[in-house]
Amino acid sequence: MPESLRLALAVAGKDIRAELRSRTALLSAVVFAALVLVVFNFARDPTAIAAADLAPSVLWVTFALAAMVALNRAFTVEREHGAIDGLLLAPVPRGALFLGKLLANLAFVGTVEAVTLPLFVLFFNVDLTAALPGIIGVTALATVGFVSVGTVFSAMAVRTRFAELMLPVLLLPFMVPPIIGAVQVTARLLAGRPLSEMLGWLRLLALYDVVFVTLCTMAFGAVVDE
Amino acid sequence: MTPTEAAARTLTRRGLRISVAALAALAGVYVLALGYTPVEARQGVAQKIFYLHVPAAWCALMAFSLVGLTSALYLWLHDPRLDRFAAASAEVGVAFSAVMLTTGPIWAKPIWGTWWTWDARLTLTLFLFFLFIGYLALRASLHDPQERARFSAVVGILGMLLVPFIHLSVYLFRTLHPQPVVLKPSAPSLPPEMLRTLLISMLVFTLLYLGLVTLRYGLALAEEARDEAADAAR
Repeated sequence: MPESLRLALAVAGKDIRAELRSRTALLSAVVFAALVLVVFNFARDPTAIAAADLAPSVLWVTFALAAMVALNRAFTVEREHGAIDGLLLAPVPRGALFLGKLLANLAFVGTVEAVTLPLFVLFFNVDLTAALPGIIGVTALATVGFVSVGTVFSAMAVRTRFAELMLPVLLLPFMVPPIIGAVQVTARLLAGRPLSEMLGWLRLLALYDVVFVTLCTMAFGAVVDE
Repeated sequence: MTPTEAAARTLTRRGLRISVAALAALAGVYVLALGYTPVEARQGVAQKIFYLHVPAAWCALMAFSLVGLTSALYLWLHDPRLDRFAAASAEVGVAFSAVMLTTGPIWAKPIWGTWWTWDARLTLTLFLFFLFIGYLALRASLHDPQERARFSAVVGILGMLLVPFIHLSVYLFRTLHPQPVVLKPSAPSLPPEMLRTLLISMLVFTLLYLGLVTLRYGLALAEEARDEAADAAR
């Protein structure tokens, strides 16, 4: 295993362990996602709009909001007691450090999404049996891109005065392309459309991931190094 | 007077002079647009807003492109002048975007019958506007100049790369926006009076951009001089 990957996994492991020991953040994020779903249910007229028409948007707005809550905590934990300084003093290349934080955030956001999805099926009575592998795939594809940008912005936002407000203001424009793509693909998956109708969107999502993961890995050093 | 103060004073004055000259010329553009150009056959007088909307959009997009470019250069060269320029250009760009985003709906209401539509270009420029409001909010909430410069440069670069993605993803919604009439493969499809007025207006707006950016750059220098003086006195 290459050295930088081993270091990245060590950083991610540290974050995941710390999270599993307290579980407060993860639990709050899951409850938050469930609440958003419940609120959405009352934000529509069930006699006028079928659940299936609204389902892709509901799912993705919930994922986006939950990811925002999850990302807000990614660097606040490092800030307490100056933990970030210890991390930066360790002989870890900044690229590996970024990948480690990214993996930990993906694990966190992925867990919230994994809990939200069954709740979504339960609340909105959507039949996912045929579309499930596709939905998991497109969720992974879209999540990697915006969590990558979110990891960099989260590291910046903790240094500002209104961190909880700064992160969404910076990150939401960056969530637009992945969310549009993911909603389009999800809608087609739920309608049982052929893969050829989604290929353009999937390419866009994949390209977004490649461009922003690369760019964020390179730019992360400029954010954390004084 | 310290060298920074002297430079700040020179630049602020120069910026002010250029901006005032551009504003005077802008009055001339109004006269040209109202008196010299013919009334468009189908859109009537509503079309006159074109001479403000298009140049404002041009300046806003130029301003944001230059923010992206100088951000990338800043992370490479670490020259504070690049950071000051990016900050000035972002602020002026937001002002021009505001002109673009207000003149657009005023025109769209009588012509399209709606103030706003989620057309590809409208959505893209709206998100650019939001992106740069975020950029300025980030700058305003950071105190350390070097940290502010690094952070905003990262946002500038990521923002520049976001533009093609937003464009691609919103393009699939059918576009209502008028297609280009000047920068297109065939010859411009505008009467010469309209084209001339538009080009003059673009020049005037570009001059106004230069004036405002110079002014803002000078003010940033003045702020730095003030902070230096405060540090020296401490």
